[in-house]
Amino acid sequence: MPYHEYQVIGRRKPTETDKNPKIFRMRIFATNEVVAKSRFWYFINKTQKIKKTAGEILSVNEIYDKKPQNIKNFGISLRYHSRSNQVNIYKEYRDLTRTGAVTKLLTDMGGRHRTTYRRMQIMEVKAVTPKETRRASTRQFHDSKIKFPLPHRVLRAPRKRYDSLFQAKRPITHFR
Amino acid sequence: VMSLFTRFVEIGRVVLVNYGPYEGKIAVIIDVIDQNTALVSGPQKITGVPRHAISFKRMSLTDITIKIERSVRQKALVKAFTEGQVLEKWEKTSWAKKRAARVKRANMNDFDRFKAMLAKKRKSHIVQDAQRKLIKASRTK
Repeated sequence: MPYHEYQVIGRRKPTETDKNPKIFRMRIFATNEVVAKSRFWYFINKTQKIKKTAGEILSVNEIYDKKPQNIKNFGISLRYHSRSNQVNIYKEYRDLTRTGAVTKLLTDMGGRHRTTYRRMQIMEVKAVTPKETRRASTRQFHDSKIKFPLPHRVLRAPRKRYDSLFQAKRPITHFR
Repeated sequence: VMSLFTRFVEIGRVVLVNYGPYEGKIAVIIDVIDQNTALVSGPQKITGVPRHAISFKRMSLTDITIKIERSVRQKALVKAFTEGQVLEKWEKTSWAKKRAARVKRANMNDFDRFKAMLAKKRKSHIVQDAQRKLIKASRTK
């Protein structure tokens, strides 16, 4: 599921006493704007004394990466609810975009910790320099002369109509 | 064990895209993103494959490599691609020739099939002539 990054800006509704309430801005990763707004209120509720009924959203904009063709190392700090307690973790992903990294994060967390989108709070997604990376699995790609074979290759039919259940010959899984 | 492998994922490796919108086109690996993905570029001007991320599962490695820097930009890539004569090298490989032959065969019209039939007849005629001569020569020995 492709995640988008939205910038949601909202505030408490202005009243007679408070003509210009403080404006809050959040960067939310969500699949669509509706979910983004909902998460905005979830977080604002937790951190401020503002409820959705008492507040208003000023704008929701989608944010895009400045350089989506460059590979970055994203260090993601998040807080998630496991079955017994809450955990803070830091994970690293290499990707071209922030949303790509977050999509990887969500599928990874789902696979490793059985958490879902709603049980996680992404605190920070930061593009870190190769020196600042902390995980060996990310560091192994910081090699300008990177070279590895693809040992066991299972080739895929280019189109569904060429996919067959039975084959005349055993497939060759190397040197391709 | 590495010596058993001849084709590696490396920066500058030319690959054939197997799946997706750029299927059948060749591209160059510019960088490796992670275990499953590479950053690949045609270059777009020459092969039509833009700079994008693609899974290793969607590509086949070829024997051709060019010398480029990591994450090189289009201009330098085009230069290295043309200097390395990648397209010419690719067209010469039997792999590319087989692919082209398959496409040609699929696009044959009735006249082409007629011409192919005549050519096959001519070929078998020549082969049978040579065969007859050899049999005759072995018999007279």
